[in-house]
Amino acid sequence: MENRQGPVRFLDRSRTIAPPTWSRWLVPPAALSVHLAIGQAYAWSVFKPPLESSLGLSGTASALPFQLGIVMLGLSAAFGGTLVERNGPRWAMFVSMVCFSSGFLLSALGVATRQYWLVVLGYGFVGGIGLGIGYISPVSTLIKWFPDRPGMATGIAIMGFGGGALIASPWSAQMLSSFGTDTGGIARTFLVHGIVYAVFMSMGVLLVRVPPDDWRPAGWEPARAAAKPMITTANVSVRNAVRTPQFYLLWLVLCLNVTAGIGILEKASPMITDFFADSPAPVTAGAAAGFVALLSLANMTGRFVWSSTSDLIGRKNMYRVYLGVGALLYLVIALAGDFSMPLFVICAVGILSFYGGGFATVPAYLKDLFGSYQVGAIHGRLLTAWSTAGVLGPLIINWIADTQEAAGRSGPALYTTSLYIMIGLLVIGFIANELIRPVHERYHERPQAAEATAAGRSEVA
Amino acid sequence: MTTRSDTAPGTESRHTGLKILAWLWVGLPFAYGVFELIRKLTQLFSG
Repeated sequence: MENRQGPVRFLDRSRTIAPPTWSRWLVPPAALSVHLAIGQAYAWSVFKPPLESSLGLSGTASALPFQLGIVMLGLSAAFGGTLVERNGPRWAMFVSMVCFSSGFLLSALGVATRQYWLVVLGYGFVGGIGLGIGYISPVSTLIKWFPDRPGMATGIAIMGFGGGALIASPWSAQMLSSFGTDTGGIARTFLVHGIVYAVFMSMGVLLVRVPPDDWRPAGWEPARAAAKPMITTANVSVRNAVRTPQFYLLWLVLCLNVTAGIGILEKASPMITDFFADSPAPVTAGAAAGFVALLSLANMTGRFVWSSTSDLIGRKNMYRVYLGVGALLYLVIALAGDFSMPLFVICAVGILSFYGGGFATVPAYLKDLFGSYQVGAIHGRLLTAWSTAGVLGPLIINWIADTQEAAGRSGPALYTTSLYIMIGLLVIGFIANELIRPVHERYHERPQAAEATAAGRSEVA
Repeated sequence: MTTRSDTAPGTESRHTGLKILAWLWVGLPFAYGVFELIRKLTQLFSG
């Protein structure tokens, strides 16, 4: 850090301290330029059929780059969080941009030379590091700029991650149809993706700023905010945070909320088709695709709307809604069966909006419990709950659906057991949320230590 | 202690153009994605 010279110094945290004229409303678009780009990961499925046909791959093999990417997202967020806190958001966004774009460029080379391992290494390993570092890069900065509305601020960024797939899915499909779906066409598509995403994300690198240490919004007093029982003015380091029961309770809450959401998201299209297969008006393939689109919209909107609502009603209450009302909505689906499609759709939309909201509200919950000192790094560690749920949710729902099908069941009966399991998981999550209390002061940083860290950052400048 | 609203007084106009550009930079692709999504969504009600 101390030896950085020339252009590399541009990335230093000290070079990103905002001048007095800077507007905090310039920071959310900087965050969005990263999250909208890396959210492309969820549109990987667009590339699967052309890769399979042009390189002769199986479905399992063509999913490898995405799966490795998600594993690397979890690992790099968990282990890179401390580096992100130390080096600042511009460094993190730059690393994310380089890794994510290089991933596409390596993939282009891999497809052009028919070396599929290069696609797995490029998009999955290198690009996956870009996903993890990019995901956590703006969180801590946004919370520091918006201490009065942390839920709204992180909700905007994390909504961007949901929105990234909405942009990439039609855009990538359009590009493949223009360039062709042979190896040359796919390689050109990857090449353009790498270049365009590098340009798009560079806006975030250039624009992001951290507030001066003594900055606060007008009219906002930390002590008044901390008068609310679950909000602290103290700071907890990432090292201490992972020793507290609150961290593990919140880990469980996130894991179970995500598992319950994935339960529907994973099987949305076959689920609505199976549910109403024996009804007078069966669901067409087009309507099922529309249902999946509606769930994506609910997932994305929930990230912003519910996370912003948590600023008003408090984080604990918000998770009571996600987990408690979520369990009730699952119960309605289980009991109503194929009674009413609009009722089924409304319940599924509610569940998916809570799924998205759960992701977006968690950084603000962490800030309430552990302070903003190393909230980005703590958030990174907590994202291992996402990786776990990403494996757990599909496993449960697919295994049970297969078992029920083998037992000769059809219609809603295929999913009834899964739905009751999801309700059970949400109830456990609800109890875990109820057990969350303010962090004991023995874990708090001494004020001198926090000041020394801030001074250290200035010296690095 | 530095206390401000969103910007220092009298400096709002300096960043108005940058704010518009920055929000358009992310807003236009996002609007494209939402537009494509809504097009697909209509199939739920027409299909």
